[in-house]
Amino acid sequence: MDFATVLQVLDSTVRLATPLLLACLAGLFSERSGIFDIGLEGKMLFAAFFSAAIAAVTGSVWLGLLAGIASSMALAGIHGLASITFRGNQLISGVAINFLAAGLTVVIAQDWFQQGGRTPSLLGGARFGPLTLPFAETLRDVPVFGPIYHDLISGHTILVYVAFAMVPLTWWVLYRSRFGLRLRAVGDAPEAVDTAGVSVIRMRFTAVAICGVLCGVAGAYLATALQAGFVKDMTAGRGYIALAALIFSKWRPWYALSATLLFGLLQAVALRYQNIEMGGFVLPVQVMDALPYILTVVILAGFVGRAIPPRAGGSPYVKEQ
Amino acid sequence: MDKMPRWADIVLIPVFSLVLAFLLSGLVIVAIGEDPVAAVKLMVTGALGSTYGWGYTLYYATNFLFTGLAFAVANHARLFNIGAEGQATLGGLGVAFVCLAIPWPHWALALPAAIIGGALFGAAWAFLPAWLQAKRGSHIVITTIMFNFIGASLLNYMLVNVMRPTGSMDPATARFPPGAHLPTLHDLLAVFGIPFSKAAPANISFLVAIAACVLVWLLIWRTRLGYEIRAQGHSEPAAVYAGIRPVRIVVLAMLISGALAGCMAVNNVMGEAERLVLNAVEGAGFIGIAVALMGRSHPFGVFLAAILFGFLYQGGAELALWTTIPRELIVVIQALVILFTGALDNMVRMPLEKLFLSMRKGRG
Amino acid sequence: MPGADTAEGRQTAAPAIELRGISKAFGPVQANRDISLKVMPGTIHGIVGENGAGKSTLMSILYGFYKADAGEIFVGGQKTLIPDSQAAIKAGIGMVFQHFKLVQNFTVLENVILGVEEGARLKASLAKARGSLKRLAEEYELNVDPDAKIEDLSVGHQQRVEILKALYRQADILILDEPTGVLTPAEADHLFRILDNLKAEGKTIVLITHKLREIMAVTDTVSVMRRGEMTATLETATTSPEELAELMVGRKVLLRVDKKPAQPGQTVLEVEDLHVTDEDGVARLKGVSFHVRAGEILGIAGVAGNGQSHLLEVLGGVREATGRIRVNGQDIDLTGKHSDGRSRRARGIAHVPEDRQRQGLVMAFKAWENMILGYHHDPAYQKNRFLMDNAAIRTESAASMQRFDVRPPNPNLAARNFSGGNQQKIVLAREIERSPDLLLVGQPTRGVDIGAIEFIHQSILDLRDAGKAILLVSVELEEILSMSDRIAVIFDGLIMGERLPDETDEKELGLLMAGITDTEAPPDFETIEAALDAAAGPGDAPHG
Repeated sequence: MDFATVLQVLDSTVRLATPLLLACLAGLFSERSGIFDIGLEGKMLFAAFFSAAIAAVTGSVWLGLLAGIASSMALAGIHGLASITFRGNQLISGVAINFLAAGLTVVIAQDWFQQGGRTPSLLGGARFGPLTLPFAETLRDVPVFGPIYHDLISGHTILVYVAFAMVPLTWWVLYRSRFGLRLRAVGDAPEAVDTAGVSVIRMRFTAVAICGVLCGVAGAYLATALQAGFVKDMTAGRGYIALAALIFSKWRPWYALSATLLFGLLQAVALRYQNIEMGGFVLPVQVMDALPYILTVVILAGFVGRAIPPRAGGSPYVKEQ
Repeated sequence: MDKMPRWADIVLIPVFSLVLAFLLSGLVIVAIGEDPVAAVKLMVTGALGSTYGWGYTLYYATNFLFTGLAFAVANHARLFNIGAEGQATLGGLGVAFVCLAIPWPHWALALPAAIIGGALFGAAWAFLPAWLQAKRGSHIVITTIMFNFIGASLLNYMLVNVMRPTGSMDPATARFPPGAHLPTLHDLLAVFGIPFSKAAPANISFLVAIAACVLVWLLIWRTRLGYEIRAQGHSEPAAVYAGIRPVRIVVLAMLISGALAGCMAVNNVMGEAERLVLNAVEGAGFIGIAVALMGRSHPFGVFLAAILFGFLYQGGAELALWTTIPRELIVVIQALVILFTGALDNMVRMPLEKLFLSMRKGRG
Repeated sequence: MPGADTAEGRQTAAPAIELRGISKAFGPVQANRDISLKVMPGTIHGIVGENGAGKSTLMSILYGFYKADAGEIFVGGQKTLIPDSQAAIKAGIGMVFQHFKLVQNFTVLENVILGVEEGARLKASLAKARGSLKRLAEEYELNVDPDAKIEDLSVGHQQRVEILKALYRQADILILDEPTGVLTPAEADHLFRILDNLKAEGKTIVLITHKLREIMAVTDTVSVMRRGEMTATLETATTSPEELAELMVGRKVLLRVDKKPAQPGQTVLEVEDLHVTDEDGVARLKGVSFHVRAGEILGIAGVAGNGQSHLLEVLGGVREATGRIRVNGQDIDLTGKHSDGRSRRARGIAHVPEDRQRQGLVMAFKAWENMILGYHHDPAYQKNRFLMDNAAIRTESAASMQRFDVRPPNPNLAARNFSGGNQQKIVLAREIERSPDLLLVGQPTRGVDIGAIEFIHQSILDLRDAGKAILLVSVELEEILSMSDRIAVIFDGLIMGERLPDETDEKELGLLMAGITDTEAPPDFETIEAALDAAAGPGDAPHG
């Protein structure tokens, strides 16, 4: 494998890790507040469709992004209603949201565009284009650093940079801000937050809304940046991989970055090489596909450090009598 | 006193939720410019208006019966087995192994063997998540989701690299030997002189599924194991106090659940496709969740809900054929049913409870 | 209410808190009915009452945790609406709940600032709180390491964090709900010193408890609640524990149970050098030995949390242990497959657990299903190899519910639909009807109405008189004294000594419960003081 190939694989890693990272951070906000969310997949899918549809109709990718975020937030609202207001089962709500998105996107796409559940291909301003960072061209010929800067760091869409910037931002919010303190508290001991005079319901709804926004960006990235338009089931399990990454990272932002980059790398390798030869032994592509899930099971089994979710996670808050 | 009579809890609330789900689906149909009344008519004639329609309805219902029962059994132990999809996938592998192992002389021999093969593989796929939950506290929802994906990759690998007949480009196994072909409802009813569509895939597995319903009912409400599963599901401390070992119950409940899901392959793989193909389960594992939630985890409720979803599936296919309404509308209905009967249960329940309370107060 | 009037007559300032006509219902249960109360500033006011009398509900209303159905609240003479905790905090009310409301994996500092941070960034808030905590710690003997994580602190220290939280929020009125339930006597003593310091600084304190000795020791005025109503408000100095007890239960309290002298027979249970370490690696039993004979009741006295629960669970097969236990002369397994509840029952051990709602019953199960919990393998309940005989179980359950006066005697009703006393009768019926050689009973009358208490006590005595061995664990000293034929006192995982009920009193038992044996040289004056306090029964408490 030469240097250029390595760069290509890494470049593709960054692209593939971006939606995972956004969705993973989305899940982080929600689950840190005590609301489990297996509906990341559905929210991303919903956002992917609406961003592509609106971008296709208006020709503006920015309007598309907004539509994506709004649609994802609508689903987040249902999840909040079910799991916070009506104290329903958060897992069941998540499952329902995934199916709702899977079904509605195709039904609406078919009715709207009549292209077998797709949106038209996005062109020009209806898609996020690559940004060339300053001096990328001039530095291109500097050995080692030049190609890294030009090929790997520069040339992504704005959403990629947004996603990566979200990591330190999330860290700061979580550990250095009032909101973060309350967020962490509400996921671990909602009764402490309640008696401290802070509304548990408002905190959790806020967290779920942030989750909606980030899933919306993730979905919009899929349909308007990574690819040019929506196709049926285009999230292809990314929401679940993000969930796996969230557990893998033990609900912490910097670890989330590492986990999603790792899973992105696995996807990039699987995409580029079908079967990998390892000293006479052929590693089939299916193993690469399954590896994120297998790794997560190993983590969950507690063999590589224990993943302890927020203590109040998954259970609705009820004042005790 | 309970806030509501029992019948309201087990009949009224699911029906109410269902009505809500249907109303919203009707709105979707209106929104895409079709006539919901006509759509319902089309669905009814398509799914129930002919033995052909019934044949498909019952075929789908059979799948959902198995996965619905699978979810229900685990749910009695408060285990959220979201992995029926993967367990049914693996069940397919087990059934395929059995069917391809020897040139079966007669289906009556192949059927029990296939049931055992499917059940074993399905149970095996549920074992590790169960064990990890029981012994290491790994959340079973997440592990079973992961196992769904791992199972899909495994099937993909097996079909592409191992079980594909040489020379075939299709990622599927060879056709099963004729001795492993199950009698369809057409064949069975012909014995009694009742005409039934020859083309529909409903087969003897439907009877197997009904038998499974009865067995699950006996298991849950008439056996010690069922008693222990329910006790554990309602209160683990009480179960431990009573000398019930949670690890044993978690593992057993999940093995039974996985085995039931695995048995689905007898219907779709052995009974219909007569070979194993990619994505043979087609989401039936997840529909099991909706079916079990609707059916309140009771085998009879599961039976009714499975028939309903069988009807929706066949009716949906007919809709897609004759109107601009795509098949995915059924996925929407399924999602709404799960949402209302599962997650938004309280939204439906609270007003009804208030109603019953005020009625009781009014009486005395 | 004559008492309230005297309190008002004495002081002219506006009451720190005044409640007028507070009512609150949970569904059909009237938790508070038309309650009025005045608490004067700079005093410690006690509220006593039995479990379920409505004390906690009333205070939760005052703290904005629940919304009253009717009534008004005045703080410092001003009518105040308290729709949520935020409003209560604003009005200067702080509350220390019975179950602490702390974030376990936060530091003390983080817990203190939660909800009252200054601005969006934490840094300034943390710095400010650090300074304030230091001042408060010095002022009120409230020393806690501000950077310690809550999960690493002892219960007593966690309680101090709760008090600090309230003081940091500038609370002038502090409500403490059953603050000593989880404390050792020494910790409780420290708490009362803190309360005195707070009072000296002009703070108003409301102390909710069901322990009369605490009321007598620290309060200035006291209100008594019974069945959701405020039955009296008195000056502590002018009342007596007997009077309060009578007001609490509404009639003269039967202090002794009528019972025949025990006729002990063969030794049924022998426990030798029993050790238990809990899930967190804490040693809970540190070498416990005792025996129980047929036809006698051995009472285990002790402050909650000293290992008696673990002892019951080991004997009942819920928990593993090391050491040696013999039943009727034969060893029973303490670890592994044959140490579970099923094996215990097979050896003639029946177990009425301390927490009937969590352990003793499956609340969603019908009464008849609960009547076989733990005995469901009994051949009598099986129709054949595979199926159970539900009809037979129902019939038997109905009969045995009749015998134990369970109301209503309907085996098809879910356990959660019975009252606390009737739930306990279901458990007792199940365990006693099998005529076990050894009955383990934990807190038999906790949360049980007075009427049922006598029945429950009588059932246990009947079993004793039928020649069975009984191990009774209770944190109610009075119950231990009246029921037991011998009393063993447990402290910090060790049996401190055994006494005969006729040859001991609450004072001596209290000393043992505080870990002080007669032979041992007294550790220091303070501990004795605390232990004496802990031991002081209703009869001879120091009058405040």
